[in-house]
Amino acid sequence: MSESPRVGLFATCLMNVFRPNIGFSAVALLERAGCKVSVPMAQTCCGQPAWSAGDDDTARALARQVIDQFEGFDYVVAASGSCIGTLRKYPEMLATDPDWAPRALALAGKSHELLSFLADELKVNIDSAYPGRASYHDSCSGLRELGVKSQPRSLLREVKGLSLLEMDDAEVCCGFGGSFCVKYPAISEKMVDDKIRSLEATGADTLLGGDLGCLLNIAGRLKRKGSRIRVLHTAEVLAGRADGPAIGDEEPR
Amino acid sequence: MNPAAGSFESRAALALKDAPLQKALGNFKPLFVAKRASAVAELADFEALRERAAQIKNAVLAELDVWLERYAAAVEAAGGKVHFASDAAEAREIILGICRDANAKTICKGKSMVSEEIALNPALEAAGYEVVETDLGEYIIQLAQEPPSHIIAPAIHKTREQVADLFEAHHPGRPREESVAGLVNEARHVLREKFFRADVGITGGNFLIAETGSSVIVTNEGNGDLSQTLARVHIVTSGIERVLPTLDDLSVFLRILARSATGQDTECYTTISTGPRRAGDPDGPQEYHVVLVDNGRSKMLGGKFRDMLRCIRCGACMNHCPVYSAIGGHAYGWVYPGPMGAILTPLFNGIAEHYDLPNACTLNGRCQSVCPVKIPLTELIRTLRSEQVKAGLMPARQRTLLAAWGWVACQPGLYHALERFGSRLLRARAGRAGRIRALPGATAWTQGRDLPAPAGETFLEQWRKQRGEA
Repeated sequence: MSESPRVGLFATCLMNVFRPNIGFSAVALLERAGCKVSVPMAQTCCGQPAWSAGDDDTARALARQVIDQFEGFDYVVAASGSCIGTLRKYPEMLATDPDWAPRALALAGKSHELLSFLADELKVNIDSAYPGRASYHDSCSGLRELGVKSQPRSLLREVKGLSLLEMDDAEVCCGFGGSFCVKYPAISEKMVDDKIRSLEATGADTLLGGDLGCLLNIAGRLKRKGSRIRVLHTAEVLAGRADGPAIGDEEPR
Repeated sequence: MNPAAGSFESRAALALKDAPLQKALGNFKPLFVAKRASAVAELADFEALRERAAQIKNAVLAELDVWLERYAAAVEAAGGKVHFASDAAEAREIILGICRDANAKTICKGKSMVSEEIALNPALEAAGYEVVETDLGEYIIQLAQEPPSHIIAPAIHKTREQVADLFEAHHPGRPREESVAGLVNEARHVLREKFFRADVGITGGNFLIAETGSSVIVTNEGNGDLSQTLARVHIVTSGIERVLPTLDDLSVFLRILARSATGQDTECYTTISTGPRRAGDPDGPQEYHVVLVDNGRSKMLGGKFRDMLRCIRCGACMNHCPVYSAIGGHAYGWVYPGPMGAILTPLFNGIAEHYDLPNACTLNGRCQSVCPVKIPLTELIRTLRSEQVKAGLMPARQRTLLAAWGWVACQPGLYHALERFGSRLLRARAGRAGRIRALPGATAWTQGRDLPAPAGETFLEQWRKQRGEA
């Protein structure tokens, strides 16, 4: 790319509230790769909770809002496969709306999940270090809707001191599923326990992923069980911003 | 447990505590998932076959009436008889009528999910027939008086010990068997005598072939063949959507069905039946009937759920479903469990009555990634939720919360203010612990998980401080 691509960062709701460090990590990585990053301040939610719940009208209203705020950028990037997966569904959501359908299609075409964007579209130089044994959980939306599988792993192989251990069933849902985990908590807990069993069998000291919803779920269960396994978003490790407390971990005194 | 009793959640809660069931579900991965993966990997063009299979099904569904007429004409030409049943009650009446006309006493059955769907056994038993399921799994659950918990492995939830108990109770005069081989042998002996005695054999139809008027069954035990060959009368029960144009088309489906279902290259027995015994045939039934069941399918054909009619009942979706793997089939409350059941059960029996089924899904998409006919299962499940919302079925509390959230999310200033407030509130509650152990109003989360604490300042807030607007 000759000129710096202009990237609008989609600051996902969970990241905005629970883990701003992921957003700053994303910005650092995108800027290191030569992007000009902007954060539209009127952005809210991609509409996924409404769409998944079957509240199509609310989802469409939020889709139009996102299109309005982001269609001027060369790219829309978020550190979440499920939010970007939702942006990619806008053409389907707005298919019968002649004014919005073409705009939805254009936006979906330039919306990218951060890790795959870094690996596939940009050539980012990873020069961070993380001393540890990490296992990567494939979040379902990123994996199956966007084909995010090899990209985070190839980026993580560049991190000095990090060894990557594959867990059994890395591609199986962790039981988060948005509101699923609070509507059916008992089933969700069984699913996250299965995930944790696979994780612990690797001997990893760190769990990495690409979607904060899954990470909050897995970290929440790990911490409840008293586990010392650190849970981080992959972007935090890649950007060299993983030295603070991990997700759900105590702050140093 | 009585699988239909109570709510989805209470059935799921029981299932999670059912140790033998959990042990059985733990066997799924080596039994189905790993075997399917290697069977599929051995085939260079499995993806192309999936695509071809979906295309064939779509073409048939686009002109289903035409293909059904051709199929029916071919069956009649081969000397068989086709009966159309608009619903389960009509299907039962037709089958009862055939059995009555045949002066039947004993009926042997090969495995048929349609017969489960139309609740055929209770009707036949109430009419005084001796009904014997001859698929080992179906036989076990018939003895246990339970519905199947899996569409291809109906007794997967039963342990060896539980089967030994059932056989001991139902096979008087035989010594108790403990080993799997011994139990299989015992069933074989008991069933063999029933096959010879049967007046009517009822089987399903994995596929119906329009060009020849044939019904095709695929089994691993050969029980379907004995059921349909030895009895005087053969009745095929099948859904109207199971018709394929030609035997060439069948070859595509035979290559994907076994691999998707059990990870076998092919099942042990694939049998193509065309009409009754002809003059000079050494064996075969004197009468051949096909009961084609609609029971809600033609309604699906014209609506948003047509894709579901491609389903070939292989069970791959449930084998790969983490929710099914956690709770098993009975929690779904009817004969079709897992992702396909979460769609079919509400469509056949009511989206209000089975409100939970489409909702108890994380939309993770693993089911559709293995579906051999590429049914967009997650999208259909989501569409069912949308239908439920439109019908006003979402519980009031959830509806109110969602509406309020949706309204606020369209007001960025207010949304961000609430996010800042929430972040601070939760941060204060967590203190330095980094996590919250109990939170009123969020007990569904905190009953089993800590809530990782927010940062205290939102990303947008910090960004604005560091970089100003935008």
